[in-house]
Amino acid sequence: MRRTSSRNLFLTTELLEIGRPLVVVLNMSDEARERGLIIDHARLARRLGVPVIPAVGNRNQGMDELVGAVLDVATARAHLPGTADMCRDQGPGPGSLAMPQRASRDGRVDYGPAVEGAVARIEAMLPESPHRRWQALKLLEGDQQVFGSAPVEADRPAINAIAAAFAASTTDDPDVHLARLRYEHIGRLCGEVVRQVGAGRGTVVSDRIDRLAMHQVWGVPLFLALMYGVFAITFSLGNPLMDLIDRGFGWLGGAITGLWPEGSSSHLQSLLVDGIIGGVGGVVVFLPNIVLLFLAIAVLEGTGYMARAAFVMDRFMSKVGLHGKTFIPLLIGFGCTVPAIMATRTLETRRDRLITMMVLPLMSCGARLPIYALMIPAFFAPQWQGPVLWIIYVTGIVLAMLGARLLRATLFRGENTPFVMELPPYRLPTARSLAIQMWTRAWLYLKKAGTVILGAAIILWCLTFYPKPREGWVPPAGDSLPAGVPYEQLTDPAQQQAAALSYSVAGRVGRVMEPLIAPLGFDWRIGTALVGATAAKEVFVAQMGIVFAVGEADETSEQLREQLRARYSPLVGLCIMMFALIATPCIATFAITRQESGSVRWALAQSLGLTALAWVVTFAVFQVGMLLKLGGMGS
Amino acid sequence: MPLTQVHEGTRAVLKSIDGGRQLRGRMAALGLLPGAELEVVQNSGRGPFVVAVRGSRIVIGRGMAARILVE
Repeated sequence: MRRTSSRNLFLTTELLEIGRPLVVVLNMSDEARERGLIIDHARLARRLGVPVIPAVGNRNQGMDELVGAVLDVATARAHLPGTADMCRDQGPGPGSLAMPQRASRDGRVDYGPAVEGAVARIEAMLPESPHRRWQALKLLEGDQQVFGSAPVEADRPAINAIAAAFAASTTDDPDVHLARLRYEHIGRLCGEVVRQVGAGRGTVVSDRIDRLAMHQVWGVPLFLALMYGVFAITFSLGNPLMDLIDRGFGWLGGAITGLWPEGSSSHLQSLLVDGIIGGVGGVVVFLPNIVLLFLAIAVLEGTGYMARAAFVMDRFMSKVGLHGKTFIPLLIGFGCTVPAIMATRTLETRRDRLITMMVLPLMSCGARLPIYALMIPAFFAPQWQGPVLWIIYVTGIVLAMLGARLLRATLFRGENTPFVMELPPYRLPTARSLAIQMWTRAWLYLKKAGTVILGAAIILWCLTFYPKPREGWVPPAGDSLPAGVPYEQLTDPAQQQAAALSYSVAGRVGRVMEPLIAPLGFDWRIGTALVGATAAKEVFVAQMGIVFAVGEADETSEQLREQLRARYSPLVGLCIMMFALIATPCIATFAITRQESGSVRWALAQSLGLTALAWVVTFAVFQVGMLLKLGGMGS
Repeated sequence: MPLTQVHEGTRAVLKSIDGGRQLRGRMAALGLLPGAELEVVQNSGRGPFVVAVRGSRIVIGRGMAARILVE
């Protein structure tokens, strides 16, 4: 701790210098005691000039004292007019003299006569402010941003001259020099307040685990085994729960249908059952998978293993011009693209963040799984089902890597970001923190289902339900519809539904799209379903069910699979999956990309770029397949 | 010599970092500044490095490590 805390105190001293109200919390103080470290916190508080509270966060120890100290500091501030709003109070204001003196006089880092002399001279040229010493230090380091961030009316040339003279007098950079002096100060401080009694077992255990986790040979297999474990848990434990939720929605749909007399075709009933329950239910069903995946990821993060995974993967990621840390969001992308894009916040440069965001949707998310689960058993013999699923996931990963490489060589040229990362010591995450993380994810997911997905479900239902066929309209003959029979005379409700769909907006959009997607082996029915998939990928399955007039469909529908088999070849089936994998990410992804990149242009670039890529890849797969006589569309 | 040539388990003293000011400043904040004592915890010949500095473990990419001079 004597040494570990010196790293953390570095940040604390910087914060103290800024001159903002501060309370220092010595968290995990139980762990420090276990390691034989005694910290004189009263003395540390006197030396820093701010309250220091020892606490054990995961056991709620020290929380009352912490809240009390925060209130004390906050109210002390509030009593001083002009200092409560630190951003506004840059100029000389009444009463702004008192606090900084009190807060920093004792906690102030002693940089020695050379630095202190220069700082004092710069300070004299700056307007009075609680942040004056900090501003002077930053200016001494040659940081010009201080001029930009605060409207400082000061003699810039004179200040720059002092900074230049200081820079000339030190052998290393001024900021590195100041960092060194700060560490020296912290070293003296720790010597005063920290005592080591007995031997600490500290990092010994951590290093021992790392010898395996980061082993040159065993590191990668261990990582792959853990990943396999994560997916195995996600699906094996998740599926029974999914069935339960699925049945719950099925029951709800049935109950609502029962409110109307049998055979009636109420618009409201259809909206509630097909649109809302079908649409939202189809998404909520994946809640167990999502929650379990995030639980597994939270465990990996909480124990500290995630940082090791980034270490292990760095060797591979550096080949595409990204570094190991990028791997963490990509991994989360297998669960859901939305939190994965949020996870890119841990990356340091905007360039790395944008590249990762752009290729993230290629990591096949959980919502695309129902599409594969419907198509694969429909077209492929059992012994081929596993390999086909593997091919699809690997295609996504390979395209993501190639895409990153391409972006790196074109739009985002430049040197690799240096990969530097602290390895936290291993520790056992508490059940409470895991539960909180899991609950947060689950709640976010449900909120998405209740807002974006609900809205999209209603819109899609309208698109597939309206306009209603006019009287006397004769639907074009198709495989599921008899020729020359007017709409009113169709007796089979499923045939009626199929005819009505082809008349609806969605059906027409599908037909208009047909020339565009015909080279991919797709017909208008697939086009219609793909339009639906932009709301949420899993909607594709439900849409196919409506198009093929089998009524209620989910990915286990054998009836729908037979229809698909009759109409399309396995090659088309593979093309559908390829297109669904690569093309336009869902609306939620679009929204989060816009939010996180700060511009709608990146979100548009992502959607259009991926759709274009999907078209090209699917076109290539289909046309090559046709050349190899693997069969096109069934008659 | 560059950090890349330091064997596992060897202690060294950081001499200089070949990089822009921003990079040197960031490394300094992590405790990696000239004069700092460090120990190479892992150097497997490829992939990133692990060094111990001021009691914490820090991963450094190989490319970065080549630009850190030690003695």
